[in-house]
Amino acid sequence: MATKASRSAARVMMAPAVVLLLGWMLVPLIMTLWFSFRTYLPLRGGDQGWTGFDNYVRFVTSSSFWPAISTTLVLLIGVLTITIVFGILLAILLDQPMWGQGVVRILVIAPFFVMPTVSALVWKNIFMDPTNGLLAHLWRFFGADSVSWLSDAPMVSLIMIVSWQWLPFATLILLTAIQSLDGEQMEAAEMDGASVLSRFFYIALPHLSRAITIVILIQTIFLLAIFAEIFVTTGGAFGTRTLSYLIFQRVLESQNIGLGSAGGVYAIILANIVAIFLMRIVGKNLD
Amino acid sequence: MARAVTNQRKMINTGAAWIIGLLIFFPILWTILTSFKSEAQAIADPPIFLFFDWTTENYSTVMERSNYGRFLWNSIFIAGGSTILGIIIAVPAAWSMAFVPSKRTKDILLWMLSTKMLPAVGVLYPIYLLFIQFGLLDNVYGLTFVLMLINLPIIVWMLYTYFREIPGEILEAARMDGATLRDEILYVLTPMAIPGIASTLLLNFILAWNEAFWTLNLTAAKAAPLTAFIASYSSPEGLFYAKLSAASTMAIAPILILGWFSQKQLVRGLTFGAVK
Repeated sequence: MATKASRSAARVMMAPAVVLLLGWMLVPLIMTLWFSFRTYLPLRGGDQGWTGFDNYVRFVTSSSFWPAISTTLVLLIGVLTITIVFGILLAILLDQPMWGQGVVRILVIAPFFVMPTVSALVWKNIFMDPTNGLLAHLWRFFGADSVSWLSDAPMVSLIMIVSWQWLPFATLILLTAIQSLDGEQMEAAEMDGASVLSRFFYIALPHLSRAITIVILIQTIFLLAIFAEIFVTTGGAFGTRTLSYLIFQRVLESQNIGLGSAGGVYAIILANIVAIFLMRIVGKNLD
Repeated sequence: MARAVTNQRKMINTGAAWIIGLLIFFPILWTILTSFKSEAQAIADPPIFLFFDWTTENYSTVMERSNYGRFLWNSIFIAGGSTILGIIIAVPAAWSMAFVPSKRTKDILLWMLSTKMLPAVGVLYPIYLLFIQFGLLDNVYGLTFVLMLINLPIIVWMLYTYFREIPGEILEAARMDGATLRDEILYVLTPMAIPGIASTLLLNFILAWNEAFWTLNLTAAKAAPLTAFIASYSSPEGLFYAKLSAASTMAIAPILILGWFSQKQLVRGLTFGAVK
C-alpha cells in the first residue's frame, strides 16, 4: 500500500522529467505558433508584424506544397510496403529451424545500426554512382547502360536506401511477434489439412496484425521526419522534397520563418493524427 | 523418414536465410572491404572482392586530414552525456510510476510518449533561435541537452517496463524490515534494476550516436559529431571512395558491435513495450 509520504515523494521524483518534457514541448510549440501568424524574414526586414492566416494559406497554395505531399506519401507507402512484406517473409524464414540462426539474425539487423548519413552516402556513391558505383558495374556486366540512380530514378533510389535501413526494424519486431505464436495451434491446423497458405492467412497473419500495426505507426512517425537521407543524397532536388524537407528549406535556407512555421504546424498536426492511433494501442497494453 | 524431411527442410532454410542475410549485410561488408583498398582499386571495373593489396593507408589519411579524433570525441560526449543525464532524470520518475502508481500514471506515460512524436522540423527555428540566444549553437553541451530531451521519453518508458517486472513484494518486505526509502532504492531496487538500466543505456547511446537532424542543424565545426563529419563527404573532391569507406567504417564499427548486444532491447525500447 502506498502511503501518503511515498505519494508525495513520488511526485517529487517525477517532477524533473515532467517539467523538462513540458518545457521541451510547450516553449518551441508556442514559439512556432507565434511565428506562424507573423511575417518574419530575418534577412529581409525581420519581424514585420501580424498577418493572420496568410502563411497557412500561402503554404498550402504554393506550387511546391502538393508535390511535397505526394513525395512524402510515395516515400511512406513505398518504404512501408517493402519493409512489411519482406519483413513478414524474412521473420517467418528466420523463425524456422536452421544452422547459424544467431549469425543470420545479426547480419539482417546490422543496417539499423548504421548512422543515416553513412548509409545515405555509401549508397549514393559506392553503389548508385553512375560511373564508378557497384550497381553501374553490375549493369555494364550484363550489357545494360548504367543508371544515374539519384537523378533519373530519385524516388526509387531513396525508397531503396530507406527501406534498407528500416527492414531490420520491421523484421525484428515481426520476428518477436511470430515467436509468441502458438505452435500447437499451427500443428493442429496442419493435421486438419490446412495448406501452408491458409495457415499463413488464417493463423499467422491475424496473430501478427497488432505487431504490423505497431510497425506501421512507428515507422510512419520516423519516415514523416526523415531528413539526413535526403540532405546528403539529393538535397531535395529531383522531386525528392518531402513535407519536412520543404519546411526545413523554408526555415533555414530561404529564412522565411513565418511560412516555415505555418508548415511546421501542419507537420505537427499530421504527426499527431498518427500518434493518436499509436497511443491507443500502447495505452491498451498498459492495463 | 520424417527426420530426413526435416533435415532437408532445415538445409533449405539455412541456405535461403544465409543468402538473404548476406545480401542485406553486403553494403556494410563492401564498405569495410573498400576501406582497405587503394582509391584506384576501390573503383576498379570489374570490382575486386578480396584479392586486392590490403592497406590501412586510408585510415591514417582520414585521421590526419580531418581531425577525426575531435568528431569521435564529440560523438562519444554527446551520446554518452545525453544518455547518462537522461537516465539520472528518468530513474526516479520511472521508479515512482512503477511502484507508486496513481490514477494519472498512465496518462503521464502516454503524454511523455507523445512529446517524442513532435516532428523536429516543426520546432527547428524556435530551438535554433533559443540556441543563438543562449550561445549554445555549435556547442556540445547544448546538443547533449537537446538529445537528452529527445530520448527522455524512451528512457522513461524502457525503465518503467523493466521496473514493473520487479515484484513489489520484495520492496514491501524490505519496508517491513525497516528499510528507509533511500535504503530501499539503493540496496534493494538498484541491484535488481541494473540489467534493465544497462539495456536502456545501451539502446539510447546508439540512438543518440546516430541522431542526424539536430546534430546536423545545430553544429558547425566545433561541436560536430561523426554524423556531421560524414555528411561533409557529400561534396567530395577527386577520388574518395576508399577514404569515405574508412571514415564510415570508423563511424559505424563501435555502434554495430554495441547494437548486436542490444537486439532484444531494441524491440522493447522502440515499441514502448507494446511488442514483447
